[in-house]
Amino acid sequence: MKIQKILNILTLLTGAIAVTFTSIWIGKQAYSWLPPQAAAESLLIDDLISFLVTLGAFIFLGVTSTLIYSVIFHRAVKDDFTDGPPIEGNVTLEVVWTAIPILLVFWIASYSYQVYEQMGIQGPSELVHLHNPLAMESAYAAPANALAEPVEKIDVLAKQWAWVFHYPERDITSTELHLPSDRRVRLALKSQDVLHGFYIPAFRLKQDIIPNHAIDFEFTPILAGQYRLTDSQYSGTYFATMQANVIVESPEDYQQWLAQAATQKPSPAKNQAASEYAQTSNQSVQTGWVTVPPAAPPLVNSPG
Amino acid sequence: MTNIPIEGILLPNEKPKHESSSNWKEYFSFSTDHKVIGIQYLVTSFFFFLVGGIFAMVMRGELMTPESDLVDRTVYNGMFTMHGTVMLFLWTFPSLVGFANYLVPLMIGARDMAFPRLNAVAFWMVPVVGILMMGSFFVPGGPAQAGWWSYPPVSLQNPTGNLINGQVIWLLAVAISGVSSIMGAVNFVTTIVKMRAPGMGFFRMPLFVWGVFSAQIIQLFGLPALTAGAVMLLLDLTVGTSFFDPAKGGNPVMFQHYFWFYSHPAVYVIILPVFAIFSEIFPVYSRKPLFGYKVVAVSSILIAVVSGIVWVHHMYVSGTPGWMRLIFMLTTMCVSVPTGIKVFAWVATIWGGKLRLHTPMLFALGALIMFVFAGITGIMLSSVPVDVHVNNTYFVVGHFHYVLYGTVTMGLYAAIYHWFPKMTGRMYSESWGKIHFWLAFIGTNLNFLPMHPLGLQGMLRRVASYAPEYQFWNVIASLGGFLLGMSTLPFIFNMVISWMQGEKAPANPWRAIGLEWLVSSPPPVENFEEIPIIISEPYGYGKSEPLTANLPE
Repeated sequence: MKIQKILNILTLLTGAIAVTFTSIWIGKQAYSWLPPQAAAESLLIDDLISFLVTLGAFIFLGVTSTLIYSVIFHRAVKDDFTDGPPIEGNVTLEVVWTAIPILLVFWIASYSYQVYEQMGIQGPSELVHLHNPLAMESAYAAPANALAEPVEKIDVLAKQWAWVFHYPERDITSTELHLPSDRRVRLALKSQDVLHGFYIPAFRLKQDIIPNHAIDFEFTPILAGQYRLTDSQYSGTYFATMQANVIVESPEDYQQWLAQAATQKPSPAKNQAASEYAQTSNQSVQTGWVTVPPAAPPLVNSPG
Repeated sequence: MTNIPIEGILLPNEKPKHESSSNWKEYFSFSTDHKVIGIQYLVTSFFFFLVGGIFAMVMRGELMTPESDLVDRTVYNGMFTMHGTVMLFLWTFPSLVGFANYLVPLMIGARDMAFPRLNAVAFWMVPVVGILMMGSFFVPGGPAQAGWWSYPPVSLQNPTGNLINGQVIWLLAVAISGVSSIMGAVNFVTTIVKMRAPGMGFFRMPLFVWGVFSAQIIQLFGLPALTAGAVMLLLDLTVGTSFFDPAKGGNPVMFQHYFWFYSHPAVYVIILPVFAIFSEIFPVYSRKPLFGYKVVAVSSILIAVVSGIVWVHHMYVSGTPGWMRLIFMLTTMCVSVPTGIKVFAWVATIWGGKLRLHTPMLFALGALIMFVFAGITGIMLSSVPVDVHVNNTYFVVGHFHYVLYGTVTMGLYAAIYHWFPKMTGRMYSESWGKIHFWLAFIGTNLNFLPMHPLGLQGMLRRVASYAPEYQFWNVIASLGGFLLGMSTLPFIFNMVISWMQGEKAPANPWRAIGLEWLVSSPPPVENFEEIPIIISEPYGYGKSEPLTANLPE
């Protein structure tokens, strides 16, 4: 009987160690499930996701392996119609498994809170002036003096179904969002008609845009490349087509692009919603229902 | 077809003492018998489950390729709107109300619900809602296309210019469904508070009754908010008021508050009875008392209370100030504590038991595993920074389908198999049940697991077309979806054939403890000749003490 007990404890220990190491490994994999880390905020968020995946994997594997163990080893023998042991509860055990989740919740919440504070992404405009960009300092390895430079300000207009970016300094409009890397960017988000959502998966950042509300949104791109901006809040028929390219480039390239765009005359941009709408309206057989007509393609200096 | 005898269960050849009315026409009548109403709810809602499933398969067909090529964008938008609406308001809600109707009076030793006629009226509003919803496909402009959230201003846009349009019908149907649910809630709460058999204190109630009680209390405080929001939106849409219309100075975010104040707790309205079904099923097939019965009972009430202060987690990115995001993050995470208590209690109930893996147990175990997964992704979603990234992506879609299919629908299947002998007086076929389970379990995971990587990569929900790099996981998800659709076929076959010619069921085929198992299968009209007197706690497996003083065990 004693050997049986030692064996049980050994099984339990081996199981616990296996579950721990597997979940740490799964937590490390989490980074590979995510898009490239193109903004300083994405580094923070990915660490948080990895932490939560590790913790979650531990709980999931712990519960399911216990269940699977029971299903394999605690089956009723054929023709055994007796009941199992009438155990109704165990106060110590119940207190422990209530206390541990409470502690975990506070741990997860405070870690999430710290990450959120460090992101400093803003939201509704009221609190903008209280923002301290230095709070981002620990977030990425860019030179500290980069943070001291003025933030880049860009106006973003969302409408059914197009994005228009306006660079107030040079009064340029574009359908591509160009951003200098390693600079804090402040976007002024506006919607012309319905709710839209500003979302760049590579930045891990999202903010709804509400008509009649000025919403400022701040972040710091850190990795040069081309990414996609999508509308994340359902905005009607051509919702899926409401996308734009985001180009993160060095500050020099960015200035060059601005200068070059300033020389161009405004021209109508390509717009998928408008062209699809024109096409379906010309079909002899209507396969869908009536829809809100898309806004006219925007006139921009740089149609992208 | 004959049924395969259930392994390890003896089926004595006793004849039920009194048959309940075997006249099928009764199920199409304005019956006030809670059992007839329960089955009316179940069959009606299952019909709409199939309708909602067909919509889902059109969507998964569209998403097989990155381009929008199978159906027009407007048709796709109508499909996902109606899929969500039908599955919530015409499948999960009414089917669980169906079980509650059938089981609550039996489980508390009552002859019927407190207000039988109100009960029947509440049921007959469900087909009305269904007919309205389906009828909206035939109005010019088609059904509502603004998603089941119907956020303004999109839901206020009316390109047809007609007064009668899909969105107006949708709002009317939702309001009627709300009225029906409020009627039901009043009835359930009254029945449970007032009509328990002598000796049945609150801590002698079966956990299913606790689950229904907690869920219906949420209905009472939450539904008025949703109904108010729906009526205000209806006024904006039809007579041009400006509650939510930003073009006239209204505030669209207010609608989100009204909507989610009810619609997040609505998830608990659905899942609390399913948790309760688990609590009924695990003890029977593990032959052990439910571990920590009192704590599990109280945790249902705790979930109902906390559910009232979590709704803003749907609105982290809706221009919500930082302090509010953080408060609602903490309250949302707190839901995991009472939920965790339940999960651990079920695991402890199963541990060391004498398990019999009949179909109901398989479904309950599968659902529990998928619920644990859903709970973990739920914690991730409640964390503000993670939600900022994955909000409105397929990660969320994957999460709530693990809740609503993996847990709720699988739990409903468990309940249907478990109480099928009681409801119909016939046994179902165990082998067809197992085929159904494996198809459904594999299908669910194949369908909804790929949605998590898609969401982490940034694929949005409600899109008819997507970037080509998302295709691989979408194809897997679609194949899983088609498998899920197919998995209903063995189920329907089993239910229909077994109901018509399955082996006759004894009163208590599972040797379960509970008042409903003391009456014949199916139970007679008015349930009990003599109202039982309760003398012990439920789930006395292995304790061999009687449950009642005056009824035969």
